Amino acid sequence: MSDATDGGLLSQLLGGITGGGIRVVDLTMTLQPDVPTIVMPPEFGQSWPFRMEEISKYDHRGPFCYWNNLSCGEHTGTHFDAPIHWVSGKDLPENATDTIPVEKFLAHACVIDCSAQADADPDFLLTQDMIETWEDEHGKIPARSWLLMRTDWSLKTDPVAYMNMAADGAHTPGPHEDLIPWLIEDRDVIGFGCEAVGTDAGQAGHFNMPYPCHYHMHGNNRFGLPALTNLDALPPQGAVLITPPLKIRQGSGSPTRVLALVES
Amino acid sequence: MTTPLPPPKKKDPVARTRMPAQPPGNRSREAQGLTAMAAVGRFALQTCADCGQVQYPPRQICGQCLGDDLPWRDVDPSGSLIAETKLHHANDLFFRDRVPWRLGVVGMDAGPSVVAHLAEDCRQGDRVKLSLNLDRGGHAVMNARPETPGPNQMDDMQLRELSMDPKDRRVLIVNGKTELALALAQGFKAAGAREIFVGHAEPWKASASLEAIRGMAGVTLFPLDVTDTDSVGELAAVLGGKVEILINNSYHLRPGGAVDRMDMNVSREEMDIHYFGLLRLAGTFGPAMRGRGADGEHGACAWVNVLSAYAQVNNPAFGTYSASQAAARSLAQCLRAEMAPGGVRVVNAYVGPLDDEWHQMVPPPKLGPDTVAGRIIKALQQGHEDLAIGAVAEEIAERLAENPKEIEREIKL
Repeated sequence: MSDATDGGLLSQLLGGITGGGIRVVDLTMTLQPDVPTIVMPPEFGQSWPFRMEEISKYDHRGPFCYWNNLSCGEHTGTHFDAPIHWVSGKDLPENATDTIPVEKFLAHACVIDCSAQADADPDFLLTQDMIETWEDEHGKIPARSWLLMRTDWSLKTDPVAYMNMAADGAHTPGPHEDLIPWLIEDRDVIGFGCEAVGTDAGQAGHFNMPYPCHYHMHGNNRFGLPALTNLDALPPQGAVLITPPLKIRQGSGSPTRVLALVES
Repeated sequence: MTTPLPPPKKKDPVARTRMPAQPPGNRSREAQGLTAMAAVGRFALQTCADCGQVQYPPRQICGQCLGDDLPWRDVDPSGSLIAETKLHHANDLFFRDRVPWRLGVVGMDAGPSVVAHLAEDCRQGDRVKLSLNLDRGGHAVMNARPETPGPNQMDDMQLRELSMDPKDRRVLIVNGKTELALALAQGFKAAGAREIFVGHAEPWKASASLEAIRGMAGVTLFPLDVTDTDSVGELAAVLGGKVEILINNSYHLRPGGAVDRMDMNVSREEMDIHYFGLLRLAGTFGPAMRGRGADGEHGACAWVNVLSAYAQVNNPAFGTYSASQAAARSLAQCLRAEMAPGGVRVVNAYVGPLDDEWHQMVPPPKLGPDTVAGRIIKALQQGHEDLAIGAVAEEIAERLAENPKEIEREIKL
């Protein structure tokens, strides 16, 4: 047995983090009231936005402390989508935030840079061809990896540009509907992550299979990780993601502080 | 002729703001009957059911026949000015700040002679028209104006103390994303508002009304989300010292009741926007506006809540919405009492069904935005406190006064 102080594996990890060699990258956006949540038709149920009410701030309400009450939907800001979120994943085992085995919250990440394409076309869709070309250069996606789609969309700090809504819905990049089954069957990914407000493209509601990323990923007990930031700081292969959602009973997801470990 | 209103000046940053003193406020229970009439813009006096005598001031019994059945009836507001005088000195703080002040005695065609506040362009012997108006303390007073209005009549300084005229005042419209907001912005502009500020939430959701407002001259848009305490506080920090008329037109209607549509999220959103939203606005804009209630000719004067007529009686087709409106109405009464010491009037506009996407299945009559905006602005000019807008709201008010149980059982409006 080794422990974190005797030169064992964990000791090496901590040494890398504190002494150099391993960078910790924050992939999380700040939760604040103007963080947009996904827009649903007005006659449907709506996700609560992030809201904060001060309990006290070293004042008559509590002279010693500053703290807040929070409210928000499970899918607010950078968040983790559990399989139970979608109808296709509703009956799977270990499909909710409280029942997913915790070792699944640490996984390798592959990052494919689509920032130029997304800049040219907000409706850009990531295809299998593009991933295979990427694999030729960076190697095959290892099993149980996250596939993260870098678009630099998170650099859009104006909520209007970030949501990019029009009368026919949102216009934000995402995966092509044919890509998802291949990612699951041929590459066995643990999930799909991206920078936009949801893992599906803005126009995905109009696809032949609406919301294919949600439908197939969650239907196969895989996860989603939308609204990430700082993907430009990750290598194409080799980063390790730490993604534990809050342990909410039968939670369909939760805001998550997503961290990446990167060997420098 | 009435002296024209001087144009508003930029505030002197080192001058002490005039404190909002109150006009004398003691009224008997009977005299509060006048307040009820003034609040809705009626000119009604006690009229003896036995002998027909029109009585003023209000008393417990008839001054002529001692009868005690004294219903309030609308009476002819016309009369002749018997005597006029100008008050040059007052020990009362409110009038001391505002002398000279004109007063007169009017012989009413309906019988009584009354002491009334007197417009600048009335002369002894003139025919005059009386109105009951609320003063800065919220109590009814008699006011006399020429039978035929002269130029600049609305500029009369005494009348301006009794009204909430938008002319040369700065207006905040809280929710810019409705058709009513556009109609209000256009209406206030036509009524001579000095500046119009318009709030808007969730900018990523487009709104044709907001885009039309954005293109108007003299209108400035500000981010404002009444469900976000920080957002409301931040805007109050920017605009609190400028807003003289605040229009809370927050609106979030979703059909459904408690049994047929149990949905905590929808009900909570309604409460968050209508009730807590008003609370957030009150706690942030209220203190600043109350402090400027006597800040010259253009001081803060009005807080308008656009409420549903169903705030007064629940329509189960819009059951939880009605309940949230009732909560807002109750809070508005609290706000009215808290704003009164500043002389800022809280106006509740009860609106019937609007002709919008959330009333698709409601049969006519439905209200267009121009009608609602026009009535609100007119009520401000005339100094009313409660107004029912549209046939449905008017009928609800009448039937509630007549038999509240009847309308509770039969509401199908």
